[in-house]
Amino acid sequence: MTNQLLDKQLIFVTGKGGVGKTSVAAALAVLAAGAGKRTLVCEMDAKGALAVALDTSSLEFTPRLVQNNLEAMAMDTEHALREYLKLFVRVPLVGRLGPLARTFDFVADAAPGVKEILGVGKLAYEVRERHYDLVVVDAEASGHIVAQVAAPRVIGELIQVGMVRDQTRWMLDILEDPDRTGVVVVTAPEEMPVVETIELLDRFAADTQIHTAAIVANRVLPALFDRKESAVVASLDSAMQLLVDAAGPGVRDVVLAAQLTEARRVVGARHLERLRAAVAPGLPILYVPELFTRATGRRVVALVAEALGEELDVA
Amino acid sequence: MVASRSSSKAAPATTLPSGLDALLASKEMVLVCGSGGVGKTTVAAALGLAAAAEQGGRVLVLTVDPARRLADALGVSKIGNVATRVPDDALRSIGISPRGELWAAMLDTKAGWDELISRHAPDDKIRDSVLTNPLYQNITSRFVHSHDYLAMEQLHEVHSSGTYDLVIVDTPPSRNALDVLDAPSRMVDFFGSRLLRWLTVPYRSRLFNLASKPFNQIADRVLGSRFLQDIAEFFILFQAMEGGFVRRAREVEGLLGDPRTTFIVVTTLEASPAHEAGYLVRELAERQYFVGAVIANRVMPAALTSRAAAASATRLAAAAGDLELAAQVAGKLSRAKRGPRTVDAAVVDHVLARVAESFHDVALVATREAERRAELAAVAPQVVDIEAQPSDVHDLAGLLAIVAGMREPAD
Repeated sequence: MTNQLLDKQLIFVTGKGGVGKTSVAAALAVLAAGAGKRTLVCEMDAKGALAVALDTSSLEFTPRLVQNNLEAMAMDTEHALREYLKLFVRVPLVGRLGPLARTFDFVADAAPGVKEILGVGKLAYEVRERHYDLVVVDAEASGHIVAQVAAPRVIGELIQVGMVRDQTRWMLDILEDPDRTGVVVVTAPEEMPVVETIELLDRFAADTQIHTAAIVANRVLPALFDRKESAVVASLDSAMQLLVDAAGPGVRDVVLAAQLTEARRVVGARHLERLRAAVAPGLPILYVPELFTRATGRRVVALVAEALGEELDVA
Repeated sequence: MVASRSSSKAAPATTLPSGLDALLASKEMVLVCGSGGVGKTTVAAALGLAAAAEQGGRVLVLTVDPARRLADALGVSKIGNVATRVPDDALRSIGISPRGELWAAMLDTKAGWDELISRHAPDDKIRDSVLTNPLYQNITSRFVHSHDYLAMEQLHEVHSSGTYDLVIVDTPPSRNALDVLDAPSRMVDFFGSRLLRWLTVPYRSRLFNLASKPFNQIADRVLGSRFLQDIAEFFILFQAMEGGFVRRAREVEGLLGDPRTTFIVVTTLEASPAHEAGYLVRELAERQYFVGAVIANRVMPAALTSRAAAASATRLAAAAGDLELAAQVAGKLSRAKRGPRTVDAAVVDHVLARVAESFHDVALVATREAERRAELAAVAPQVVDIEAQPSDVHDLAGLLAIVAGMREPAD
């Protein structure tokens, strides 16, 4: 059921800050590319986290091949505007976009959705032209994502005439088709990320016609102990002297580490339980374990991709 | 932390680490910033609690979007930008006899904009036209990083009111933490922009203005002239308030670099937030703003990186499997007052083996955290740790536990 995820053409990956949204977006892209799909991964907020995750130099608006089948880019409103004008308005703008772009920046800030529609429009355009089999978007965090993906509809309702309005139609055809477009919400087994995820799912359902395709629960601690063992871990303090005699004074910290981790896991499991209870039955939750690794960048993405691959049944 | 929580009968530790205590005592405004999800709001509230408890005076915590239960604990409501006092009784119930007053307020963007318009509108007619303009709400909720600007604006407002001795602001969860700081100058730029002038020139004379003709044509084709007219009408009204807005934005900006202001950067010691925190500290310094401290939230106890612990883990792993130790421990646990009633030696043995084996994973995390802490310590005047709490904080007692969990790590 879940491996349909990579058969979509456009995936927006969002989530509360700090939950690992970029790693998951990069991992999905790596997974798709590995499965032979021509894939584009795009960072929307230009913070540079995607380049770090992919161990590559800063990404630009022009997609760059980062591995076989996988290109990466960073969204940039001015470039998107330039490309848009060239493609659709046929305005011959060679170079001198500076002042126009600066003024445009203010319109974009002022007029709801203009900046968003340029970004989303560019991605939908790549999908429409079938330049790629799959476009994975490291999208805005949960606070801004609805405004981002809902922009074409908002604009369509706000602007009565003009080219932008006409173009919202084909964008919506792509964005609101559940077979082509899906949102993946990344979360973590902690209270705030879970609460925000549940709220975000509600807002998506209420304010957009865009399909939520999956939830990724990231950094899930493995269950090392069953219930009976867990009780033993919690009570090991009362046998501490025996343990110190057997293993030296550092054993206090060893026990503390296990107790901290186990306490965190138990709390996290409760939050995940709450998440499971709140989401629609058909919506898959994909689990990615906490990675105890020294690695950063590409290696982490590979490990996340491996975990997601197992969840998605991708060979 | 599991062990230290038993000390509830002792006087509650509201005392901040000395460096942080000195920082809060010497400043009037504290801007708490950092990337999303690191616990800014909770840390801001905990700092406020400690300052009110120990330093006296009136302390205001201005939050943007607290978790509902934390908001309830502080007694703030989402309506209006009204500050409410956390009752002394509530503080006494967690064992604090406060020397000062703790106040809390929550930023209400809509109410904030309405207030701004009312203050800067030259007359009632313009004020009402703006407030009832259909684009107004849609625009104010998005434009010029509206949240960010209002947070700064509110800081100025409460500071200049002279009502509080210390104001702690929890900055909004921006896409980029620096957006908050740029918000006032964006506001000034906006009023000075060609676009605003162009939009607010009457439509007819715009057509004859050759200089703006190319832009005019493009904008009309792309957005449709009707939409531009709607925006123009709104901004013509808005422009009437230019003087007040610009002056105010400049004052707000000045406040950020004021010697009475300090920034505190909150982060976790995970890769990406720590990286962002380092960047933030350097950027703030670049802008000549004062960063008084970095607070590393939800960190592992530093002792987990010790050689002694690693050596003990290895010895424990070796001892597990020899059932003698497990049997002794099982016997001891069965006799303990609390804990499982019957304990099987095989279960204990399995537990000890797992505890020993999993230690290296946790120690690895602690080691990585120590490296990132060292990187931050190289750019910040002080780094304060807050040990991970077993569960999320949503009451005053939880805030107190955070204060108690603050440490100045030994170098």
